[in-house]
Amino acid sequence: MSRLHYRLRVNAESREVRDAYVTDSLLTVLRDRLGLYGTKGACEQGECGSCSVLIDGDLVCACLVLAASVAETDIVTVEGIGVPGVLTDVQQAFIDQGAVQCGFCTPGLVVAVEDLLRQDAAPSEMHVKEALSGNICRCTGYGRIFAAVEQVVALRGAR
Amino acid sequence: MTTLDAPVQRNLRGRLGDSVTRPDGRAKVDGSFAFASDLHADAMLWGKTLRSPHPFARIVRLDVGAAWKIPGVACVITADDVPGKATYGLIESDQPVFARDIVRYHGEPICAVAATDTETARRALAAIVVEYEVLDPLTDAREAIERGSIFKHQRVVRGDQNVQGEVQVEGTYELGMQDQAFLGLEAALALPDGEGGVELHVATQWLHEDRKQIAACLALAEDRIHLVLGGVGGAFGAREDISLQVHACMLALRAGRPVKMQYARDESFHGHVHRHPAQIWMRHHATRDGRLVRVEASYVFDGGAYASTSSAVLVNGVTQAQGPYGCDNATVEGWAVRTNNPPCGAMRGFGVVQGCFAHEGQMDKLAAACGLDPIELRLRNAMKTGDVMITGQVMRNVAPVERLLRECAALPMPSEPVGGHDANVLRLPGGVGLTADLSRVRRGVGYAASIKNLMYSDGFDDYSTARCVLADGRATLKFATSEVGQGFVTIAGQIARSVLGIDDVTIDTIDTQIGSSGSTSASRQTWMSGGAVHAACVAVRAALFAAVAADTGLVAEDLVIDGDAVIDTMGSYRVSVAEITRARRFDATAEYHHPPTVELDENGQGNVHTAFAFAVHRAVVDVDIDLGTVRVVQIATAQDIGVALNPLSVIGQIEGGIAQGLGLAVMEEIVVERGVVRNASFTDYLLPTTLDTPDVVIALIEEREPLAPLGAKGVGESPTVSSTPAIVAAMRAATGLDLARVPVRPADIALAGFSVR
Repeated sequence: MSRLHYRLRVNAESREVRDAYVTDSLLTVLRDRLGLYGTKGACEQGECGSCSVLIDGDLVCACLVLAASVAETDIVTVEGIGVPGVLTDVQQAFIDQGAVQCGFCTPGLVVAVEDLLRQDAAPSEMHVKEALSGNICRCTGYGRIFAAVEQVVALRGAR
Repeated sequence: MTTLDAPVQRNLRGRLGDSVTRPDGRAKVDGSFAFASDLHADAMLWGKTLRSPHPFARIVRLDVGAAWKIPGVACVITADDVPGKATYGLIESDQPVFARDIVRYHGEPICAVAATDTETARRALAAIVVEYEVLDPLTDAREAIERGSIFKHQRVVRGDQNVQGEVQVEGTYELGMQDQAFLGLEAALALPDGEGGVELHVATQWLHEDRKQIAACLALAEDRIHLVLGGVGGAFGAREDISLQVHACMLALRAGRPVKMQYARDESFHGHVHRHPAQIWMRHHATRDGRLVRVEASYVFDGGAYASTSSAVLVNGVTQAQGPYGCDNATVEGWAVRTNNPPCGAMRGFGVVQGCFAHEGQMDKLAAACGLDPIELRLRNAMKTGDVMITGQVMRNVAPVERLLRECAALPMPSEPVGGHDANVLRLPGGVGLTADLSRVRRGVGYAASIKNLMYSDGFDDYSTARCVLADGRATLKFATSEVGQGFVTIAGQIARSVLGIDDVTIDTIDTQIGSSGSTSASRQTWMSGGAVHAACVAVRAALFAAVAADTGLVAEDLVIDGDAVIDTMGSYRVSVAEITRARRFDATAEYHHPPTVELDENGQGNVHTAFAFAVHRAVVDVDIDLGTVRVVQIATAQDIGVALNPLSVIGQIEGGIAQGLGLAVMEEIVVERGVVRNASFTDYLLPTTLDTPDVVIALIEEREPLAPLGAKGVGESPTVSSTPAIVAAMRAATGLDLARVPVRPADIALAGFSVR
């Protein structure tokens, strides 16, 4: 199988990928070639949302995207959410509300919630549930995750 | 509604009883927390396992030669390369590190490779030639009993074996095979130490037990193997058994280089044990007014190909067959059998989930037969402290079953009508498929109650160890307790702050450089490791008081911690702990043991369990009676928790446990056909999503448990135990169908004919 060289723009930084397999998913490249371990793999079938990232602002599962196919795009991972070293209000709400247990789904959910609230600042209960239905959490039963979304909506609304 | 009304604000330093947030929360939300699958090392190789495609076969030929020749392949290992014991196992050592001659289940490891990258490792596996003589698998549990293929048989016989109730109800219940489906796949990084030993960073529930089994297989002394907890992405029982531990260590030692192994989801389904599928028959005898006279039961647990914890799962099931109810007479028998199905072992609820589904179905039948409300029938039989259980063991714990029933029943019902107020299709069974016709959706309400033993049983001393070092106003805690997401690291800090009056607590690396903490399972770590941390902190506090007494001439017994200071209750002395411990160090290690239990005798009699916790669940469901789809609208629960050491954490356990109980009730099942797993993926194995999980209404029932070191009971399992039967009871109420098998599939309703009302 031929090997490829290309560059990816990840979290506003141009990164070189060398000797990659054509078949490498974005998830594999982010983690094993670029060392961005915040994006998690749990099903590699686009079912669980653990690898949620933004590509040109669209929420996608990195496991379903061939890395070489997104060379000309803007990719944002959990490491690129907000300002380095400062938690976003979404991240802080996840901690405050007990939305984190094992934490494996958390980076993907943080990206998904940031995306949801960018599109809808005050989502209805069912909109939240529908928007996050592609992110599986096995620990929390989602109750505290909904509470975290509510906290962000309330605090942003109060500003 | 929950008991939490206001958002919790940035509480990282609270004490026992506070909703303290996780010390690892920041790293988990910003993506920097290192799960085992995130670990890496320079010059690291990747390990991969070749597995059997057959549930039962003879290995006629295994030729790994072609794999060795692939550039980038560092080593290939088979059963011939196992240096020590050829098998491992938690209770019996019967599971081969690699199959030799015979494979006994679909997915059994044959050999493993280490290569420079995952793609090369995959190609190496593809180059390995295995010829099988396929054999006829034993896949029927009842046939296994007939053939004597039995891990354990256990009777529980108590009281009058012939007494008949004026009212008798009978049923046969069945549960499919559930997967723990933690999100963080099995992963480990093995680092050879250059002197024949190995350091293994692994996501596990029990470091010391892993080390013991690895050492035996590697023929190394335990002190040559150092285990470190890799970040654990959930566990739920699936990490109690060995999976890739021995393979990773063998590859690393053979290659002389670090080796990382990480399962993909399909391999994970083959690589760990599952919840036992079960068939349970029960006949309940009662007086006409609904008082239990005798319980008859027969349990069959399919343990699959290897023993794992099947015998303990069986003991848990049969000894709690009566449920959270008083009953003087019992005739119970159970088998855990060996088949060629996937091996089964620990999953949240451990044998009690299966029994509870059966006895709660029975209690509803009994209520109907006696013309009683389901709650009233349960109230008439509710277990109390001091009751003698069917094992002859006296219930010594707080047992607020009556209160749980009353408080659960009193919790508010959902305000939304069928379909909701907003006519959002997502509120209908079937969701956006627009398949539900509102006029054909029926609402049902159902209840279930449970008893669950806490800690290990049957004579096992599952102690825990902890060390506390107090210096410069900071406590450092050391233990080997696996943090799998449950939040022990939070509780441990709360304990230290409460006992020692300090704010700063550091949790040391969780590894085998201290004594065992036992397994993170059986709802046991808050009690056991909480007890150990508490004892270590109390010992440090005693030394602190003695030092103050020596310095000041005060009496140590008069000193107490008040806020952040040591004060003299008989005088005016008040100095902060931080100041006293400046340039001073106190260090104590403690082991916590629970009171001993005994092994069951042949009649299932004896003080077999350590302690018990109780819960009651009420489910409200909407069922599309034409299509058989269901939406669980609300779960209300009252749970016996002792005291809430961290209410936020307790609620998280309850909500999460309920979601897993819901999964078993309506969607989760590993489909196994003649021993072959058909749905080893998240596409085909369905898990509850945000749209599937109901509103949860919780009443935390706090009656301090006098026998628990911190007054708190373990809370993790009860939510999973009785939520499943409550949901199915509600579905029965909605449909009028028996629904004796979980998960309830749409066809069980839609194709059950037109007998629905």
